[in-house]
Amino acid sequence: MSKINKTLEIRTSPHIVRGLSTDDIMRNVVWALLPVAGFAVYTFGLTALVMLSVATLSCVLSEHILCRLNGRESTIGDWSITITGLLYGLTLPPGLPLWMVAVGGFIAVGLGKFLFGGLGYNVFNPALVGRAFLQAAFPVAMTTWHPAFADGRFFSLDGATLTVPFMEPVYTAVTGATPLAAMKFAQQPTAAYDLVFGFTSGSAGETSALFILAGGAYLAVRNMLNWRIPAAIFATVALLSGILHAIDPQHYAGPMFMLFSGGLMLGAVFMATDMVATPLTNRGVIIYGVLIAVLTVMIRYWGGLPEGVMYAILFANAASRHIDRLVQPRVYGTLKQAKRGS
Amino acid sequence: MNQIDLKQLTAPPNSWHMLRTLAGVGIFCSLLIVATYQATLPVITTKKLEKLQEAVFNVLPGAASKANFRLTPDGRFEPFEGTPKGETLVYAGYDRQGKLVGIALEAYGQGFQDVLHIIYGYSPEKQAVVGIQVLESKETPGLGDKIEKDPAFLANFEALDVSLSGDGQIQNAITAVKKGEKQQPYEIECITGATISSKAITAILQKSTGEFIPMLMKNLATFEK
Amino acid sequence: MANDLFKMPETAVSTDEFIKGLWRENPVFVQVLGMCPVLAVTNSGINAIAMGLATTFVLVMSNILVSSLRKVIPKQVRIATYILIIATFVTVVEYLIQAISLDLHKALGAFISLIVVNCVILGRAEAFASKNTLANSFLDGLGMGLGFTFALLCLGVVREILGSGTIFGIGLFPDGFQSWVVMILPGGGFFTMGAWLLFFNWLKERNKKREAALSESGTGVK
Repeated sequence: MSKINKTLEIRTSPHIVRGLSTDDIMRNVVWALLPVAGFAVYTFGLTALVMLSVATLSCVLSEHILCRLNGRESTIGDWSITITGLLYGLTLPPGLPLWMVAVGGFIAVGLGKFLFGGLGYNVFNPALVGRAFLQAAFPVAMTTWHPAFADGRFFSLDGATLTVPFMEPVYTAVTGATPLAAMKFAQQPTAAYDLVFGFTSGSAGETSALFILAGGAYLAVRNMLNWRIPAAIFATVALLSGILHAIDPQHYAGPMFMLFSGGLMLGAVFMATDMVATPLTNRGVIIYGVLIAVLTVMIRYWGGLPEGVMYAILFANAASRHIDRLVQPRVYGTLKQAKRGS
Repeated sequence: MNQIDLKQLTAPPNSWHMLRTLAGVGIFCSLLIVATYQATLPVITTKKLEKLQEAVFNVLPGAASKANFRLTPDGRFEPFEGTPKGETLVYAGYDRQGKLVGIALEAYGQGFQDVLHIIYGYSPEKQAVVGIQVLESKETPGLGDKIEKDPAFLANFEALDVSLSGDGQIQNAITAVKKGEKQQPYEIECITGATISSKAITAILQKSTGEFIPMLMKNLATFEK
Repeated sequence: MANDLFKMPETAVSTDEFIKGLWRENPVFVQVLGMCPVLAVTNSGINAIAMGLATTFVLVMSNILVSSLRKVIPKQVRIATYILIIATFVTVVEYLIQAISLDLHKALGAFISLIVVNCVILGRAEAFASKNTLANSFLDGLGMGLGFTFALLCLGVVREILGSGTIFGIGLFPDGFQSWVVMILPGGGFFTMGAWLLFFNWLKERNKKREAALSESGTGVK
């Protein structure tokens, strides 16, 4: 951190320094993500492995090149960009053409992180910025899903993976529908068991709720992740969908389905908890989590798209500075009324 | 110079002066607009007519000339010439021998973003829609606007069955199906990624054919030359 | 503003009035004015040029008229008069475009009429034409208009290449090009605009640094 941030920091006491650095936290996050990535490779085979590698590499390379272009020291050593890259890869459909993966990786780092000033200054979660750009630029490719547990998946690539840059992908394999799309467009619910263990189609890293929760729990126990964010999201989603499901079970899927389908798990545990783009206070993060949950439920039920976690998180990222202002703690020694003036 | 400016600044506004300026500029501007309108009107009218003619020939393959017909209030058709003023018009297309090829109809309906305006050709001989062209649309570029040029989608309308049953109504209503699932001649295959726009076209055609084709078939003799 | 009122208007014809709009005071990249058409209609090169030229026409004509009437128009009703003049030329240009090509008219849609509210035009009428000679106002309008066209073209070309794989309607790629849908949508306008601003500011900074370095070494100051 001190390499980048050369400004003098003035803080109130206590001045206790904890022996925890950016690298430490980031390395732990990588450990927490590895099982998720591993399961993605197990589910989707070689296609996912290649896609995840390209996603991570494109982010790391972009960071390195952009740092150098700007005359700064390269910051790839602190692992943070590796996580961004890995997370970014986990949000993509496994069969996405590699050239699109690389374009999105560059956008994620350039637009999502670098233009705002690099590590510690990003307003939005960079991985989601990259994904949102791809979703807007290539909507068809981003919603074509590689089937899960296909035969011979460890030895063959999806036909679309190696598409020549700037060319339209041609899909050879039969494509699978995600549980959310099946629900929204065909009213077909998926069994809860399949959802929890991840025996479904979808983005590379979003299928297995179990591994995501395990990774999140590991980080939360080590105090490297604010557990209030995912807790607030899950509680609100469960509550809202529970109420709506009770009113009209035909149209609104139940809480179990809403919690374990789509990118909610991955988003709530690993995306919404981005340390930079979240509010600072504990009260703030709870408001932030509730906001994400409400938006997600609204987009999923009433929006034109089957999945809304990505947009919900990006929106809440933008709101987090304002949430901070809303719940600013009173400075010790000042009166309550005096706060209004600031 | 400075003196005058100062005086002008402090003097109360002269109403007559202001009125004179506004009126003068107003008259000049209106003259300019009228002159341009008069000069460009003939060109614009011919271009619009040419465009419509082109569209009629486009949706009625084999047509070489066209005649306009007007829908009368009692549900019949009569020849019509001149500039239309709110009438419902249909366009009959004839081949070189003067034989009726088909009839082109305009239809409107809600698309993804705004009203879609299309023209389609109906062949009484084949009892089918034989061509379609989008005249106006604000569909999403790159996705929804594929309905205008996607060859696979337009192929749906080369022979879309709208034959009538015994009671003079359309036998099978036009329906939309997913890509690759077309089995019946009255089904339209949607475009992947432009389902809403494809379904909008289907709905427009379904409504318009259901309304007009029974009427056209009853009055077919009117159109024969 | 108050100072401007007492300033003697420049009477000599100066080519600088023409050149400044192209680059130094470019209405889009420097003044960041008239963003609505810049972001909305630049999804292809042809649209960008047509929009740019239409705006240039309105800008030049309104500048000429405003400048020649500048001593007659009382200042209390000047904005109303300017708007009247601008709206007239916009209507004229709308008919002309319709006469030239119906397709182009359809592609530009409501944005032709919206030239009326393009702040570049009213801005030039108020800030320049109302205080300067006819010749200079003409040059200013032409320069600003062409600068605007240039900026629109910069955006239009990039968006057309990425968004449709063509340039001025001519295909650049073999069949099966994957179009970047976002580039044709207004969102792509924001991305492209941001990228161009980044590029031009970077260019300007670099030139400034070079000039600074040159003047330092030239005067021998360390």
